[in-house]
Amino acid sequence: MPELLTVHDPRGYPPKVTGKRLAARPDSLNGKNLYLVDCLFDNSEVFMDQLQRWFATHLPAVNTKVIKPRESWVDDPEMRAKIEADGDAAILGVGL
Amino acid sequence: MALEQAGVPSVAVHTHVFARLAQSTARAAGMPRTRQCFVPQPVVDVSAETLRGYIEGTDPVSKKPFMQGIVEGLTKPLDDEDLKGLSFERSTPRLLAPASEDDLQRLFIENNWTDFMPVILPTEERVAAMLKGTSHPPDKVVGRMRPTNFREAWELTVEKVAVNAVMAGCKPEYLPVVLAHAASNISARSSSTTSLAMNTVVNGPIRNEIGMSSGIGAMGPYNHANVTIGRAYNLLSINGQGGSVPGDTYMGTLGNAYNYSATFAEAEERSPWQPFHVQQGFKPTDSTVSIFFGGRYTSSGFGPRDTWKEKFVRCITAGDHNQPPLIVMDPLVARLFVELGFDTKEKLSAWCAENAVMPAREYWDDQWVQTLTLPLAVAGVEPHASKLKAPPDQLVPLYEPHEISIVVVGGETQGAFRMIGGRYTKAATVSVDAWR
Repeated sequence: MPELLTVHDPRGYPPKVTGKRLAARPDSLNGKNLYLVDCLFDNSEVFMDQLQRWFATHLPAVNTKVIKPRESWVDDPEMRAKIEADGDAAILGVGL
Repeated sequence: MALEQAGVPSVAVHTHVFARLAQSTARAAGMPRTRQCFVPQPVVDVSAETLRGYIEGTDPVSKKPFMQGIVEGLTKPLDDEDLKGLSFERSTPRLLAPASEDDLQRLFIENNWTDFMPVILPTEERVAAMLKGTSHPPDKVVGRMRPTNFREAWELTVEKVAVNAVMAGCKPEYLPVVLAHAASNISARSSSTTSLAMNTVVNGPIRNEIGMSSGIGAMGPYNHANVTIGRAYNLLSINGQGGSVPGDTYMGTLGNAYNYSATFAEAEERSPWQPFHVQQGFKPTDSTVSIFFGGRYTSSGFGPRDTWKEKFVRCITAGDHNQPPLIVMDPLVARLFVELGFDTKEKLSAWCAENAVMPAREYWDDQWVQTLTLPLAVAGVEPHASKLKAPPDQLVPLYEPHEISIVVVGGETQGAFRMIGGRYTKAATVSVDAWR
């Protein structure tokens, strides 16, 4: 029978996770302001342009607006405030 | 997620290789039902037509049409699970259930708690002995780490750092240096796709007190303190941040050998220049650790010979355009640079910054310059804005003088230098004395 050892767990301490609710969804995007958030990753500008073109062709009643944060991977409160002020929905990408 | 909380329905778009990472990040943020859609990898370096194909195609994760997922994600009514969110307490136990040595070694490997080399098991006795290396109480919080800035930060106590120092094979007298690494709050195990690693440099009296090497083989596996301290930094980063697991908390496509251990001492006594920590405002009698962020490239040379200027420019411009070099050089090289008129490190850094130039079109044609620097340039932040205004063939500098770091190390068996990707920021020099 091998000797049993008691050892420490090497992991740090994780923070408590607090649940957050999702926003209520509209019935439709027609007539709504949809922000396309270009997260500034290389080529995401082209992706968002294509996404905007897709909406123009297939769902022209959606009012799409491309918007960019000031820096990559850094929260931009001014941009968020603008979206919160007149945005009905948002698509963010391609961040990873 | 902040937009959702502010009442704006949102969908996040990622490439499919990040599915596990994106989903686990959403869960840890308390919003596991965040709407996410995926396109194939890569998005970088593909045409507009290819991207349009992604948009009109199938989400490789959900297997549904991509745009169906987008529209449903923004308009489909929420269900009870969506409205609930997810709160939960997580913790890690102080001690593991008793087991045999073989079973514990296997458990540590299976849980991704190691670098896949055997570790010294952190028994209560070994950890208690390690804790004698510092005056600080075991439950004192040293720092917080996370694999990337959009994930939650985990907390490291003195005891947890000591546990990882035991695993790495450190002696108790090394603990203040390991604690200083932890106090930097800079993880050695970033989840970046670019396979980041940290090189760390120890300055001041602690180097000699604990027998670190700044001589022959200092940057390789030839000194117990150098190797085990660097290894401890990596292990405490893995475990202190809640993991460095491929596909989940680690996405480096190539990996990086500096992630095993990359810590050495500066050869202060044999250098003709100020020690690195004194350049940063510390006293020569202070002991510090400085962390250099990157490690993505390494180039080397010998000299300085007659054509050293061309060689230096080639080395610097050959590296990443947004990761300035940590230049390490043998004392033989440093003394010859003094003879050439560079009587301070700052003068040589300034020469490098002035002369390491490339055409603007080449400078901007870089994924990370596009992603990280271009937005600043567009916003008018200098010196980036001026570089953006430059005509395509105009030569632009890659770096500012203060971004190019120089550290003297080596055993004087060869006039060797290396340039290693190593971005330095002032906050990345941490006092070791504060953790004695």
